[in-house]
Amino acid sequence: MANKIKLEVVTPDKLLLSKDVEVVVCTGVDGEFGVLAGHVPFLSALAIGELRFRDGNVTDYAAVAGGFAEVTGEKVTVLAEAAELAREIDVDRAKRARERAEQRLAKAATEQLEYSRAEAALQRAMLRMRVAEKGRPSA
Amino acid sequence: MAALRDIKNKIAAVKKTRQITRAMNMVAAAKLRGVQEKAERFKPYAAKFAEVLRSVSAGVDPEIHPLLAQPESVEKVALILLTADRGLCGSFNMNLITKAERFIKEQTQAGRQVLLYTVGRKGRDYFRRRKVEITQDLSGVMNVVDFDLAVQVARLGLNAFLGGEVQEVHLIYSRFASMVSFVPTAEKMLPISPEAAAEGEAGGGSEYLIEPSAEEILVDLLPRYINVRVYNALLQTATSEQAARMAAMDNATKNCKEMINNLTLLYNKARQSAITAELMDIVGGAEALKQG
Repeated sequence: MANKIKLEVVTPDKLLLSKDVEVVVCTGVDGEFGVLAGHVPFLSALAIGELRFRDGNVTDYAAVAGGFAEVTGEKVTVLAEAAELAREIDVDRAKRARERAEQRLAKAATEQLEYSRAEAALQRAMLRMRVAEKGRPSA
Repeated sequence: MAALRDIKNKIAAVKKTRQITRAMNMVAAAKLRGVQEKAERFKPYAAKFAEVLRSVSAGVDPEIHPLLAQPESVEKVALILLTADRGLCGSFNMNLITKAERFIKEQTQAGRQVLLYTVGRKGRDYFRRRKVEITQDLSGVMNVVDFDLAVQVARLGLNAFLGGEVQEVHLIYSRFASMVSFVPTAEKMLPISPEAAAEGEAGGGSEYLIEPSAEEILVDLLPRYINVRVYNALLQTATSEQAARMAAMDNATKNCKEMINNLTLLYNKARQSAITAELMDIVGGAEALKQG
């Protein structure tokens, strides 16, 4: 049995998750990275992407809308302005958000700032849907 | 007899007022609890965030980021004023507004122009009535304070600052010192003073492997730091508002009670003297008949 590492996901609204798991895989800005217990102290910026963690045979997913991950030997702390567990994602809402973002994207094509914001919104919406999809069979 | 009925009506009216103020007191108490819980849930994030910021900014030259760059001369400043949307909370809003007016006066005397941003209806209404130009306002938002709102408010400041319209951004909010003490506080939000970012640097948590690099993370981290600070200010303001309303309504309820007591006393006295007068009449009449 592998050593466990504590995973904490913190958002401004709440402590989303605090759990001992075997493996954590985060989406960093330079690609995915996995963390096991005893990892070197490490700090990374996170892209809009999924977070997966395995405990025993169960793999769970969460959607993280950018932020940071701080890793110490015993603990991974994910700091995100928004994050949701796969089973808590409201797929309909995500779909609506995606449609809205697509519209905004079409309209905002001319303005740089607005465009990048709309793009980020679209990414978040699509991520939520993807993660919700994955989380379903195991949840 | 008319006087008697008048007093009775008055008592009924004051009783109704008391009912309303009592209900508002309870609503404020419930909302206060809600905001306090929110603030409680925000604490771990804020604490962790400060820790990460500290370890990242420890080894970095603060000059690299536009949000840290101290301007050479300041000609225009932005002021973001947080107030409540609603009144009936004692001097809460007025205290914040007075603070803002003083701030504007000071800045104007120093030869700087102030762009005013208001969050919350009361601040907007006040300055609009006085024909002070408001650059932008967000009102009707203080009922639900969440992180999205903080991001929105922070964006007002960030846009003005990064767009070069202003060289400084200040924030006036109500600091929740205790249930009975709310301090209107002015804070410089932008540029971020290096001391604030590197607060308590001796933490020594800098032996991290940092990816992609401390500089790049800082670029991402600092705007979020503004969000965190604004959210904190919003939460404190909302907490103060509800606590102030609770106190104000509690006072109002007490005053109603006192008024009802006084009026009841008055009513009883009037009733008694009316009865006495009537008795005198009857007795007087009877005497007259006897003699006749």
